Amino acid sequence: MDVMIELSGVSKNYGQLKAAENISFSLHKGEILGFLGPNGAGKTTVMKIITGFMPPDSGNVKIKGVGISKDPVGTRKSIGYLPENNPLYTDMTVEEYLRFIASMRGLGDPDKAISSALSKCGISNVSHRIIGHLSKGYRQRVGLAQAIIHDPEILILDEPVNGLDPKQIAEIRTLIRDLGKEKTVILCSHILSEVEAVADRVVIINEGRIVADDRIENLRERSKGGNIFVLELLEIPVDAIEKIKEIQCVIKAEPSGAGIFRIVAAGEKETSNLIFETAVRNNWKLAQLYMEGSSLENMFLDLTEGGKK
Amino acid sequence: MKYSLVIMKKELSSYFNSAIAYIFFTLFLVITGFLFFRLYFLIGVVSMNDFFSIIPWIFLIFIPSVTMKSWAEEKKNGTMEVLLTMPVKDVELVSGKFLAGSLFVLIAIILTSAVPLLVSMTGELDWGPVITSYIGLAFLASSYVAIGNLISSFTSNQVSAFLITAVTAFILMIIGTEPVYSVFPASMGDLIRNLSLSYHFQSIQRGVLDSRDVIYYLSIIFLFVFYNIRSLESRNW
Repeated sequence: MDVMIELSGVSKNYGQLKAAENISFSLHKGEILGFLGPNGAGKTTVMKIITGFMPPDSGNVKIKGVGISKDPVGTRKSIGYLPENNPLYTDMTVEEYLRFIASMRGLGDPDKAISSALSKCGISNVSHRIIGHLSKGYRQRVGLAQAIIHDPEILILDEPVNGLDPKQIAEIRTLIRDLGKEKTVILCSHILSEVEAVADRVVIINEGRIVADDRIENLRERSKGGNIFVLELLEIPVDAIEKIKEIQCVIKAEPSGAGIFRIVAAGEKETSNLIFETAVRNNWKLAQLYMEGSSLENMFLDLTEGGKK
Repeated sequence: MKYSLVIMKKELSSYFNSAIAYIFFTLFLVITGFLFFRLYFLIGVVSMNDFFSIIPWIFLIFIPSVTMKSWAEEKKNGTMEVLLTMPVKDVELVSGKFLAGSLFVLIAIILTSAVPLLVSMTGELDWGPVITSYIGLAFLASSYVAIGNLISSFTSNQVSAFLITAVTAFILMIIGTEPVYSVFPASMGDLIRNLSLSYHFQSIQRGVLDSRDVIYYLSIIFLFVFYNIRSLESRNW
């Protein structure tokens, strides 16, 4: 497979702050990579470096085998970029904006490129409206249209669904998934479910360093045995902790507040059922029982909070 | 070069799509016209000299108001990131913005040609110095634009871009006036005067287009455009 993006030892400091430290990964053609990390982890910095917006302090970035410092203009041609917060010229109409981008990219047939980007992003009906008057969801689509207008091989999207409502999020996700069929995509987000929904592979970054880089299935596999269940009882039986610990696949259980137990156990729904059955067998009065986040989420929290300690 | 024109077009249409351009032109014409004609009929000499002496000082307010947004606004809105990740060289972006600002101010300058036409109706006007002065104004205004664009690239705050540009241009103007350069010892005073924007304009205003003055303005423009490119290269915001 062709390597589309290759980072080796990329570092960037802002004064004392290490925004990116020795970041290395590569991305093959057709992959959708989720670039995940809490806010301020350095995701945007890495994206700005890949897109050639700013140079790294050290390290190399290659786009399709060509170093971006060697051919900054050429390498940018194969990248479509939706920056964080989706900056737009709000006083232009959608069409004016896309026409400007098309000319900046020196496209041969701007009309065709514009109409294709408009229809792919579902904004043909607002093409004559001023961007500043559009809703956030539509603006986000305009930003995406800007990023795909030249039909790039590589698409870099920095927090593309930030601040959208659930319906808009679902729509943009579908759009990204469609685009991902033919393009190499990096999707930045601080929300795991965002990335989980569309990406094949995840790179997790924390405080400027990569803490995990794996396929989603592998990460799920690795995180088995680490789910947290919360059980709340109306009355507090004396031997509850012991009884819970006896349940198969429970790794750890501890009380957290009046009648509340946090249980670390493998498995998902089956485990919930086992806990429930134990409660019924012992005549405990069950107030609630739920799984606190998915297994991947726990892992993400572990990985990113671990760095802070 | 092609992409410079794309940027230039975008900048110009952003001026003309809003009311800013028209307000700018109207105010500029009314103010220059008023300040000139207020004294013209009192003095009663058919000459445009006072007009060309006033305009460089009016530029101090008007041109920074054109250039303040050039980069500062892009930085503030984040569109800088879109712009700088386009497959376009920095030099093309910078020269596009410079051309747009210069062209815009040039339009304002051309619009003032109504003033010499009016003056020529009141008596015999010597057109020679008027024409060289207009050429001088174009050079002077372009220099202001180059300075203003560079300063706008240092900040994301348009008000500070405006003020710092106005102050910088003001300093470059007053060092060519006698009360300032005569404070210094003769040789140094001469050098300082030669560095000023106003001294070279005064020399053109007399009706002679000296190559030294032209080279001076071209160097100023080149210098500030060059540093503007450098300031984009060191992007770290």
